[in-house]
Amino acid sequence: MTADAGALATLPARGPLALLMARLRGRGLPWLSMLMLAIVIVAAIGGEALAPHDPNGLDLGAAFRPPAWAEKGSWAYPLGTDNLGRDILSRIIAGARVSVVSALYAIVFAGSIGGLIGMISGYFGGIVDAVIMRLVDIQLSIPALALALVIAAVFGADFGTVIVVIIVTYWTWYARIVRGEILSLKEREYVALAKVAGCGTGTIFFRHLLPNIMNTLLVLSTLQVGQVIIFEASLSFLGLGIQAPDVSWGLMLSDARNYLTNAWWAITMPGIAIMLTCLSANMVGDWLRDTLDPKRRQL
Amino acid sequence: MLLYILKRVGQGLISIVGASIVIFFVSRLSGDPIVLLLPTEAPPAVVEQVRRDMGLAEPLWRQYLIFAGNALTGDFGNSYRWQAPALSLVLDRLPATIYLALAALLFSILLSVPFGVLSAVYRGSWIDTLGKGFAMLGQAMPNFWVGLLLILVLAIGFNLLPAYGYGTPAHIIMPAIALGWYPVAAQTRIVRSAMLDVLDSDYIRMGRAVGASERVLIWKYALRNAAIPLVTILGVYFAAMLGGAFVVETIFAWPGVGRTVVEAVFSRDFPVVQAGVLLTSILFVTSNLLVDLSYGLIDPRIRYDR
Repeated sequence: MTADAGALATLPARGPLALLMARLRGRGLPWLSMLMLAIVIVAAIGGEALAPHDPNGLDLGAAFRPPAWAEKGSWAYPLGTDNLGRDILSRIIAGARVSVVSALYAIVFAGSIGGLIGMISGYFGGIVDAVIMRLVDIQLSIPALALALVIAAVFGADFGTVIVVIIVTYWTWYARIVRGEILSLKEREYVALAKVAGCGTGTIFFRHLLPNIMNTLLVLSTLQVGQVIIFEASLSFLGLGIQAPDVSWGLMLSDARNYLTNAWWAITMPGIAIMLTCLSANMVGDWLRDTLDPKRRQL
Repeated sequence: MLLYILKRVGQGLISIVGASIVIFFVSRLSGDPIVLLLPTEAPPAVVEQVRRDMGLAEPLWRQYLIFAGNALTGDFGNSYRWQAPALSLVLDRLPATIYLALAALLFSILLSVPFGVLSAVYRGSWIDTLGKGFAMLGQAMPNFWVGLLLILVLAIGFNLLPAYGYGTPAHIIMPAIALGWYPVAAQTRIVRSAMLDVLDSDYIRMGRAVGASERVLIWKYALRNAAIPLVTILGVYFAAMLGGAFVVETIFAWPGVGRTVVEAVFSRDFPVVQAGVLLTSILFVTSNLLVDLSYGLIDPRIRYDR
């Protein structure tokens, strides 16, 4: 009762965060997904320090150990070992960093560049809008992986290539959707009033428009995390992304493909890591969208 | 209508030209292609001669115009590796890629239509939940991992299907599932929401009132209209399949454009990469264009003169 009263008391000053916290009560799935994402982030920060073994520690005597619950498995290597006796759990923990960093780059750079371009396009309209939208079309006319192949052929395969391709690919998403939002927002009276009151374009953008598209940006970023992680894994799998001795989930799958017949766990475990992370990110994204914008449930 | 078609075709052309500019300039960022063609100990006079012969002494924009002009006549230069015209190398592989993309699309439709219809008809039931869960899983699994799991289970575990290669109908099954898995989620959602709208419409209620059987109403009358959004978006997914084919073809040793381009990247065979990527872009733009233009044919209610 007192807790409820407390919650009600905070209602008038309710920001988005408080709204989210209130909506989270008694919901299992979003909590579980957020917990999963938190585990991945902790693994990404801790990396090697958290891993039970050295992710690159070779031990040929321990090669091809199955997971602990399987026959001949041991808890020293909970998820088994690969062809060189490296502990798969440790490698999954170490590989989380690449996935999280890729997703962060996409959110921060693709999000801010795409978001700003979308705002400019929607707000100014006319020729600016036409040019920007044609650029988006051009970008969309080259499949992301194909562009990655061209860039990798030129600059060589490394993490930098992956980051460049991710930013170049994903800004269009933000630009298109933010543009759509701005088109309707700019017709609102408060924008006209701000103009009359003498606000500069910068003020209108960042004080009046930006807060109104924050929810959209948040939802888009979350929904994009899964896609970016899969994209990075695909590039590393093809040998166009992360290179050994660095570890990434896609690279682990690429290695494991060579001894598919010997170790089913080596191909299964990193894939499960990718799947659970993406699943959690998508669930949080869906939930955020439904919570922040109930009108769009069908999207 | 004519104006609309012209406008869309024009936009499509701009996209393709833009794509060719991006591909050309990005490839040139690597520096001098001469380095790849000649041994490092080649005397400077020879280097200069080759540079002039290949038109590399011209300013970049003129090089692009020459590149674009040649590309229009189907000339992307010879493959550095195979000494054969790059475009014909890629075109030879195109049927295999289109075959794979169509098979993947067919697989995704076979799954998403029944799932979408049933989850709309039995809204909130276990079928709806199952469909949703299935869709969420599909979107969280990379296509190459699905492919590897299929190989692990169906080829290695049960020895049912060939693990890789091309030729018999059995070879297409696993690549098509791996590639077609991803769009199932989105397609199911589209069919479901279209079906929900249609089931609520007057003519279905009318049909019920005159005593038409529920089965005929749902699978014949309702689905026919609910399928419009799906059909119109299939071109978009076909295009997406072309992108996904780069990875899936590599796992299954499928002799398509994707695998050819991936191999060309590793041997830095730029003419083949350029031809393959530009061809993919053209297909991509064309199928999206056909989607837009087909709206009116599939759904006569849509008019373009807005």
